[in-house]
Amino acid sequence: MALNRRIAYVDLSAGSVEVRDVPLELRRKYLGGRGMDAYLLYNHVEPGTDPLGPDNALVLSAGLLSGTPAPAGARCQISAKSPLTGLLGSANMGGFFGPELRYAGFDHIVIQGRAEKPVYLWVHNGSVEIRDADHLWGGDAVQTQTRLREELGDPDVKVACIGVAGENQVRFACVRTGIKNAAGRTGMGAVMGSKNLKAVAVRGTLPIRLADPEGALGYLEELVDYIQSSKYAEIMGKWGTLFIFDVTNSTGLIRTRNFQSNQMPHSEDLECEAMDRYTMGMAACFGCTMHCRHKYVLPEGRFRGQYGEGPEYTSQGAFGTEVGAASMLGVLEANQLVNLHGLDTLEVGSMIGWAMELHEKGLLPAELVGDLDLRWGNLDAVIRLIDDIAHRRGLGDVLAEGPKGAIERLGPETAYYNIHVKGMSNLHSDERPTPSLALNIATSTRGADHLRSRPAIDLYHLPPKVLERIYGKPGLSDDYRVYEGKPWMVVWQERLYALVDALGVCKFQSVFLSPNMPKAEEYARVLRLVTGLEFTPEELMEIGERVTTLERLFNLREGATRADDDLPERYFTEPTPEGLPAVRGKCIDRDRFEAMLDEYYDLHGWDREGRPTPETLARLGLDAEPTRLV
Amino acid sequence: MKILAVDEKRCTGCRLCELVCSVRHEGAADPARARIQIVKWEEEGVYLPMACRQCEDAPCAAVCPVNAIGRDPELGRVTTDHDLCIGCRACVSACPFGVLGFHEDRGKTFRCDLCHGDPTCVKFCETRALRYEEGDRVVAGRRRAAAARFRQAVAE
Repeated sequence: MALNRRIAYVDLSAGSVEVRDVPLELRRKYLGGRGMDAYLLYNHVEPGTDPLGPDNALVLSAGLLSGTPAPAGARCQISAKSPLTGLLGSANMGGFFGPELRYAGFDHIVIQGRAEKPVYLWVHNGSVEIRDADHLWGGDAVQTQTRLREELGDPDVKVACIGVAGENQVRFACVRTGIKNAAGRTGMGAVMGSKNLKAVAVRGTLPIRLADPEGALGYLEELVDYIQSSKYAEIMGKWGTLFIFDVTNSTGLIRTRNFQSNQMPHSEDLECEAMDRYTMGMAACFGCTMHCRHKYVLPEGRFRGQYGEGPEYTSQGAFGTEVGAASMLGVLEANQLVNLHGLDTLEVGSMIGWAMELHEKGLLPAELVGDLDLRWGNLDAVIRLIDDIAHRRGLGDVLAEGPKGAIERLGPETAYYNIHVKGMSNLHSDERPTPSLALNIATSTRGADHLRSRPAIDLYHLPPKVLERIYGKPGLSDDYRVYEGKPWMVVWQERLYALVDALGVCKFQSVFLSPNMPKAEEYARVLRLVTGLEFTPEELMEIGERVTTLERLFNLREGATRADDDLPERYFTEPTPEGLPAVRGKCIDRDRFEAMLDEYYDLHGWDREGRPTPETLARLGLDAEPTRLV
Repeated sequence: MKILAVDEKRCTGCRLCELVCSVRHEGAADPARARIQIVKWEEEGVYLPMACRQCEDAPCAAVCPVNAIGRDPELGRVTTDHDLCIGCRACVSACPFGVLGFHEDRGKTFRCDLCHGDPTCVKFCETRALRYEEGDRVVAGRRRAAAARFRQAVAE
């Protein structure tokens, strides 16, 4: 059945593995994936733990629907205390690793301690072995997967691994699987590196029994038809997330040259159609009919002849607008390199864009810059810096510390120019004209982030009646420029995304970029047919709330306060210079922002310092945490 | 006669076909026992769905020592009589495509049965990399595409 996957505790210091069952009570409260990650992290990481020390726990969790025919049931979550922010570390990954983990008999792996020498985990049909990885150390994040498949003699082995960036504990190193999938954010690759853990290889042939196979097939056929009938599914299947660039840049909702403009002129070579020259078709993650990933072979340039996948909208920004360049080939080359090194593409681009602006303003010491030509648009410097960050050389070594650490090294006068929240860089988006999106990045549990509570459809000017149908509240404004009503939209999205991440299905197949995608109603039905667990849609949204609140508790326990739910100073002081008249000349108003934050806390049942009240904790069943039920 | 046609260029490698096949036949998400499986060259982005080709002169039938393997003329498929099957796996060895499976728990073989004329995998294949259509229509599309390229070349 779908609920019999187990949890493995691995202690790399002791070289021991212990396998336990997951109590049903925890499934009902947290489902799996990000939900169980939050529980396991809160229960197994003591406050004040050094993120790169042996006591930090790295938690890998497949979603509860991962590996089943639920639409896009591809995802898994990787969590730890973050070496980037010192708060919650948590990153979601597609591809094929999560499903394979479940076929191997596990839902969760909790890794603590530190191996004396490089090791990898071999997870196979109910067993977990710690194996020597000396020979794999130094390998890139694609080569490592190939070598492990050869070594284990099975081309269907799936691998999550780090590249050299993780080995060097770059604070925004990611965990990689496949050609481009990544648990990108908050530095989970650095935590792996700190544990001397090069990879986790999984392979399994254990069936996941469905509660109602026939009913599931019937309903899922309907659901796939519903998803694929959306125009958005067609666009994603053709362009992937690259299409978003065309929308946001033409509006003026993009961040360029770090934070100096919100629109990039002469950017045809970054637009989604520029990918036509390179794409050889689309690839999909596990069980996904949407297939949003380009396959390409680089026809020229530094990596001529190399096969790659992607890029995402994030890379168009990271190696396009952020650094003032407009070349799809440049984006693809940088995308290739970050994927091989195992770096968070978004954090890399933001750090380099910041360095370029600091250089422009004369705030970078000459000896650190050396012979690097940090002028806007210089992709040679971008490529070299990516390499230097991964290998921790010169300026790259400073940038490898992430926003907080690098500001500490370069001086407080550089802080103003870094666009981060809680120590994590923001997407290359500009939220000054959009209060709802601004509140989203200020309050996300893992720092500036667009994937935890973004009400992206707020930009669509949907009629209030439609908004009411989606968000379950009357009177929501159809104008993205106003502050009123936005906290509820952020809270609602927060719950939905936490739910989706706990289920292990893809956000792109929920209400994120299109209003016509599955919500809790549809997932309640899928859950019942697949697992036999009965939930009302309201109960599922409450699980989302519980997960977010527990993540909040983790951050509060590490010392976070209301002051951390803030925006970069520039959001309040510099009006947007470009874009459509509707978005030009906009700043976030401090008083109205604080009022939104108050309302956001109120909606949660938190006090005005952002601390959940005892009543709220009791209502969500969190008043006894940590309970250490497993 | 309809056949399960594969257009590998359209395959995105999502493996939903494996999933729904295994749910239909095993009641479980169980790609290892799916009757259709995607073989991948991941590092090159090449994916190829593989299933029983329902051979006219089937090597599996020829080697079966108990004559358990026959043909269903109505659906144009190769069938195994599991009451006769002794689980010797001779057919598994003989299959030139490696698309016969062996169910360890049951001690019996398994293969694509075309879902008795309504293949589940086809219903879920959004890109139409899998189709269930008349055999003589399968190559007609490719012929036309080739002709179009030829026509273009001639025009130039």
